Amino acid sequence: MAQKKFMLVNRKAPYGSIYALESLEVVLITAAFEQDVSVVFLDDGVYQLKKGMQTKGIATKNFSPTYRALEDYDVDKLYVDAESLAARGLTAEDLVTEVKLVDSATLARLMAEQDVVLSF
Amino acid sequence: MLHILNKSPLQASTLDTVVRLAESGALLLIEDAVYAATKGNLAEPKLREAMARLKVYALAPDLAARGMADRVIDGVTTVDYDGFVDLVVEHPNNQSWL
Repeated sequence: MAQKKFMLVNRKAPYGSIYALESLEVVLITAAFEQDVSVVFLDDGVYQLKKGMQTKGIATKNFSPTYRALEDYDVDKLYVDAESLAARGLTAEDLVTEVKLVDSATLARLMAEQDVVLSF
Repeated sequence: MLHILNKSPLQASTLDTVVRLAESGALLLIEDAVYAATKGNLAEPKLREAMARLKVYALAPDLAARGMADRVIDGVTTVDYDGFVDLVVEHPNNQSWL
């Protein structure tokens, strides 16, 4: 199968809607088909990576540990928009896994070079 | 009146509208709205404006689920589900801003 460049753009907080979890499912699917996958966390999407989630009280599965496992599926292009992170009082230290912090210009360039962009 | 808000302040304009229209009473932040009660969020000045007129509460299980329990702005009271029920009972009426 021909390889394409896929980018998943996450812009929603986890748990308040199903988008974050659905996006994660799609990441794993694209990885299974050995595609070139980039995952972007932008706006409230950066909250998906926050450390220390305790979801027992809302009777929902905490799926944030899965982001740490993405490397095992050869998904290692995780990009976090630095501006979105700062606007929420967060730093890279607050996140569950290692990511690449990117500025607006870098993110714009990365988006422009994709074959397929999926928005969540 | 008890105002109940469930949207992130950086994703929807609901907090702005509540602050504009809520004169007194209480504001309860639930689901993604709990982010409005966290330190360093761009919406912090807006929440402080709300706190000047309204007693502000945030739902503890929603803060914990989002990993934000340890960064709640001073002056915001956290409540559990029983506290949520108490707030509804205590106030003569309420509005859920969806």
